[in-house]
Amino acid sequence: MKPADPLVVVKNLKKYFPVTSGLVFQRKTGEVRAVDDISFTVERGETLGLVGESGCGKTTAGRTLLGLYPPTAGHVTIDGMDVYAARRRRDLLAIRRKAQIIFQDPYASLNPRWTVDAIVSEPMRVHSILPDPKARSERVKELLSLVGLSGQLVNRFPHEFSGGQRQRIGIARALASDPLFIVCDEPISALDVSIQAQVVNLLEDLQDRFGLTYLFIAHNLSMVRHICNRVAVMYLGVMVELGERDELYDHPLHPYTQALLSAVPIPNPKQDRARQRMILSGDVPSPLNPPSGCRFHPRCPLAVERCRQEIPAWREVATGHWVACHKVAE
Amino acid sequence: MTMLLQTIDLKTRFHIPEGTVYAVNGVSFHISEGETLAVVGESGCGKSVTMMSILRLLPAPPAEIVSGQALWGNRDLLRLSENEMEQIRGREIAMVFQDPMTSLNPVLTIGRQLTESLRVHLGMGPAEAAQRAVELLEQVGIPDAAHRLGDYPHQYSGGMRQRVMIAMALCCHPSLLIADEPTTALDVTIQAQIVELIKKLRDQLHMAIIWISHDLGVVAGLANRVMVMYAGFVVEEALVDDLYEDPRHPYTLALLAALPRVDRRRDRRLKSIPGAPPNLLVEPRGCPFAPRCEFAMERCRFEIPPLQPVQGTHAVACWVDVTTGGPR
Ligand SMILES: Nc1ncnc2c1ncn2[C@@H]1O[C@H](COP(=O)(O)OP(=O)(O)OP(=O)(O)O)[C@@H](O)[C@H]1O
Ligand SMILES: Nc1ncnc2c1ncn2[C@@H]1O[C@H](COP(=O)(O)OP(=O)(O)OP(=O)(O)O)[C@@H](O)[C@H]1O
Ligand code: SF4
Ligand SMILES: [Mg+2]
Ligand SMILES: [Mg+2]
Repeated sequence: MKPADPLVVVKNLKKYFPVTSGLVFQRKTGEVRAVDDISFTVERGETLGLVGESGCGKTTAGRTLLGLYPPTAGHVTIDGMDVYAARRRRDLLAIRRKAQIIFQDPYASLNPRWTVDAIVSEPMRVHSILPDPKARSERVKELLSLVGLSGQLVNRFPHEFSGGQRQRIGIARALASDPLFIVCDEPISALDVSIQAQVVNLLEDLQDRFGLTYLFIAHNLSMVRHICNRVAVMYLGVMVELGERDELYDHPLHPYTQALLSAVPIPNPKQDRARQRMILSGDVPSPLNPPSGCRFHPRCPLAVERCRQEIPAWREVATGHWVACHKVAE
Repeated sequence: MTMLLQTIDLKTRFHIPEGTVYAVNGVSFHISEGETLAVVGESGCGKSVTMMSILRLLPAPPAEIVSGQALWGNRDLLRLSENEMEQIRGREIAMVFQDPMTSLNPVLTIGRQLTESLRVHLGMGPAEAAQRAVELLEQVGIPDAAHRLGDYPHQYSGGMRQRVMIAMALCCHPSLLIADEPTTALDVTIQAQIVELIKKLRDQLHMAIIWISHDLGVVAGLANRVMVMYAGFVVEEALVDDLYEDPRHPYTLALLAALPRVDRRRDRRLKSIPGAPPNLLVEPRGCPFAPRCEFAMERCRFEIPPLQPVQGTHAVACWVDVTTGGPR
């Protein structure tokens, strides 16, 4: 495999969750189409942003592509290894070792009864890295210092730390297995503004140092523009646009991307007042029963009859700029 | 402009098993008729406790309002009886909270909750209240309002529930609306809808608004004046354009520098603020921002800087003049 090949390749990935009813005999009465046929790649060493409103399927996409949820359909390879074909424990472990995840909630994602040492060394136990206890505890201290925490804190428990510090512990744990790829699922959303920049800068430093590749899931579109090389926009389980960061922010093609970006407030009163806002009407529909054709059509200011009938194709309209919309010219 | 509410030297503490939480430490501010004042600051800096103190909504114990006045007309809200306070709350001053689910009753229909408050506060009969309820829901943009009166809160989306809360707050034509992070739990496109709605209603109804937020972005396009809080203190207060163009407190400066911009290309690393938010269990001594401040001098650690005017209505609580880096 050439190093220029993408690190992660996602093809036609679908993840549906069954909806059941009935107390004794659970019947399947429908399905939530949380992720419905998305395809993209993550290049080696880049940060790909995944944005979209609550419930659009970002977390489901991130977890399914790591094999943490079984897929409904589709293929994923990470560093050339087929994630879903890995039936043998050894192959699965190899993938888990290369691909890690950092979670949104630094409070819920760390086991409250474990010490920092136990938390950070867990991936090393799972993957039999550094079996010698002394070497392992040295490594834990090294990882903690990498994320800006003192090695003296190894015997403390999560509740003794602030939110930002807990997120650092989560990052140290993710680094413990020497991964190539980390899915960062809203790593800063739960943090105070003054702490967010600390964590973002840390993620960037670690990327430079170890050549890490990130899938960065977030709500905060300003932060995504700052940290990502390319950005993908999801709406109701599907991908609507993907492009190089500045291209996407300066020239969004999909009407949903346009609305999303124009809704982001700018911390400058004069500019914010002067801005022509595109305010979407209505709410995001339910993924249980998504709209026909283009899923965005009930809220789209440009929608025509075709949009109600036909699912728009996912196509590359300019080099590296992908969009799914009938109204975007070739 | 006529002064509506003036708060002077408000101090609120909580007595908990671990000790005393110094939540609000001498907050003074005012708001005039028709004005929109934004209160910004990070989690735990005392935004909600300030407003809850004024409205006397805090359970005591553990809360204790140690000192202060909240002048509403010629009355001090902190010294009214509970009965007198009830006449003001919801009628003259209304409040909208971050999480509408906690303020709506899940087992009563939306219509019932709205008509109930119209009947209690305004003494309307059932038919009149029902009609007014529909009008209010239409005013806040609930489509097909007449048919949705019979729905329960869980049948509304987050954005719609927040609209209902706004409708309820408006039902008695309050002269002041206190909105405590009303859009924080919402998605950005829905947040933009609610902000537009509030702007429209403000112009129609000439209400004064106190808008609490931790987001300097949302506030920029909405407020006339901004007050920045840190660790229970007001550290800066200014007209909105002055605050963003010419911030004078090191914390405000640092906060603005830590924000990336959606409309600009990346030109540098983010400037991060070192350290962690303050521990409110320790009695404040010196400037609360001193441990994280790049301008801090010796004096900052021992003397609390008072909020002082620097130019017109622009006021800052800092011993240092950030434009020179030397003492003020
Ligand atoms: N385990 C599950 N079982 C059933 N439905 C689920 C499950 N996980 C997610 N869903 C549903 O799938 C859809 C996508 O959810 P997901 O958590 O992926 O969204 P998201 O984009 O990460 O949202 P957020 O920004 O709120 O984190 C939602 O409708 C959600 O309710
Ligand atoms: N009932 C209570 N008992 C003890 N401490 C409390 C109580 N209510 C609030 N506090 C403390 O008072 C301080 C100020 O809280 P407040 O709710 O005003 O913060 P805030 O600025 O509104 O933050 P947020 O943005 O998170 O809503 C915090 O440290 C909080 O923990
Ligand atoms: S008073 Fe001192 S420590 Fe506080 S903000 Fe000003 S310079 Fe910084
Ligand atoms: Mg998620
Ligand atoms: Mg609050």
